[in-house]
Amino acid sequence: MVNIVGLEDTLAAHPFAADMDPDVLRTIAGCCSNAIYHPGDYLFREGEPADAFFLIRHGQVALEIHVPQGAPIVVETLEDGEIFGWSWMLAPYTWSNDARANDQVRVLKLDATCLRRKMEADRALGYELYRRFLPVMAQRLASSRMRIVELATEPRPIRARPKG
Amino acid sequence: MDAMPAPVRHADPMVPRPFRITRVIREIDGVFTWRLAAVDGAPFDFRPGQFNMVTQFGVGEIPVSISGDCRRPETLVHTIRAVGPVTEAMQGLRAGAIVGIRGPFGRPWPIDAAIGSDVIFVTSTIGLAPLRPLILEVLHRRQDFGKVVICYGTRGIHDIMFEEDLHAWRARFDTNVHLTVHSAPSGYRGRVGGVAAAIHAARIDGPATVAFVCRSEALTRQAVNTLGERGVTPDRVWVTLERNMKCGIGLCGHCQFGPSFMCKDGPVYRFDEIEALYSVREF
Ligand SMILES: Cc1cc2nc3c(=O)[nH]c(=O)nc-3n(C[C@H](O)[C@H](O)[C@H](O)COP(=O)(O)OP(=O)(O)OC[C@H]3O[C@@H](n4cnc5c(N)ncnc54)[C@H](O)[C@@H]3O)c2cc1C
Ligand code: FES
Repeated sequence: MVNIVGLEDTLAAHPFAADMDPDVLRTIAGCCSNAIYHPGDYLFREGEPADAFFLIRHGQVALEIHVPQGAPIVVETLEDGEIFGWSWMLAPYTWSNDARANDQVRVLKLDATCLRRKMEADRALGYELYRRFLPVMAQRLASSRMRIVELATEPRPIRARPKG
Repeated sequence: MDAMPAPVRHADPMVPRPFRITRVIREIDGVFTWRLAAVDGAPFDFRPGQFNMVTQFGVGEIPVSISGDCRRPETLVHTIRAVGPVTEAMQGLRAGAIVGIRGPFGRPWPIDAAIGSDVIFVTSTIGLAPLRPLILEVLHRRQDFGKVVICYGTRGIHDIMFEEDLHAWRARFDTNVHLTVHSAPSGYRGRVGGVAAAIHAARIDGPATVAFVCRSEALTRQAVNTLGERGVTPDRVWVTLERNMKCGIGLCGHCQFGPSFMCKDGPVYRFDEIEALYSVREF
């Protein structure tokens, strides 16, 4: 049997749930489970149904982009206290990248179908979740833009010409 | 307190002193470090953050920060990224070649402003070169400071400069190094992301922290904003500006903005002193 009380405490300790209303916390905890991934395990893969989102408790997760005919590229790593996975909020609810455990990763996994159903029935819950997700999304978007600026403005060094 | 040697100004600041390249170290593709010794054997005293005007005879003269240890004045160190005609020609020089050096010029990093505080260094790519003498000096006087955190970002895992130093600093119990790259091959265990994420991950006590930032100007403001989110106010953040320079001694006006000459009033500034410039378009 799922230990809801224990999960509620674990959820409350995560920065994502800081100062969350206890009723909301209880509702979300009802869609929540603990999960452990080992180094190299995929948490999800591009194209699969986005049926969860994740709060990292411990460990490092690599977000990877699959490159046709090439090795996947890690574009971001996330660590303790961070959240990831918003494809569950947006139709068609499929993952747009891979997520892989870089070491032993412990997460709180939130069941997206369960959450979407509860959000449909309780708009205040939906508002609360969006309110917490949006700043994280905005910060990641801003950071990606700055990375583009950096890559665009940083001169590429000229390689030394071979002698002879 | 154990003082650094005071820089000595040589006779005519417009006349280059000949220095011999004693060693060339390839940092990454297109970036190299020179170790140099004065042909006359005299030591070269400087303060962290200062720069020299470096001449390749018959090619040109450019400003380059000093990237060595100010406690080893017998060896001058410069790290150069080949980006254009002069720096590319310099890349072709080998040990034994003679170059001209004028300097040291410019306002150094104000290390004493950080005594008793936590210190965070924020930099990326070649920006580690001008910060390196300061990091070495802070570590030399380690007991004068609180936590020491180094946030360094590069394009990819093959673009990491001063890798040996980073390893050595990381191995110390009293220094935290947050290295981040923009992308990496699958299986890479380090941090991937922007420098902002590294600043967020750093364990610092914002209001008790002094920051030294050396990034391209396009990214300096972002670093300052991120530090602000961590509680480090702009009056505790020191940054560098880079502008075209010719004389290096406040005569020609090449580097002038408003009443300030970057070659002598800079290149190091306290961010709140120059913050307004960042809102001037095409400055
Ligand atoms: C105070 C100061 C300290 C410096 N310290 C170093 C250092 O330690 N190591 C080092 O490699 N360079 C340093 N530079 C930059 C260096 O002076 C220039 O890269 C050099 O003058 C380029 O000369 P060039 O003839 O090879 O190329 P140029 O033809 O002058 O430039 C080639 C390209 O590089 C770009 N560029 C030139 N200078 C810069 C710059 N400062 N930042 C970003 N892009 C630039 C130009 O816009 C152009 O697109 C410093 C500059 C200043 C003002
Ligand atoms: S470079 Fe001549 S005044 Fe600054």
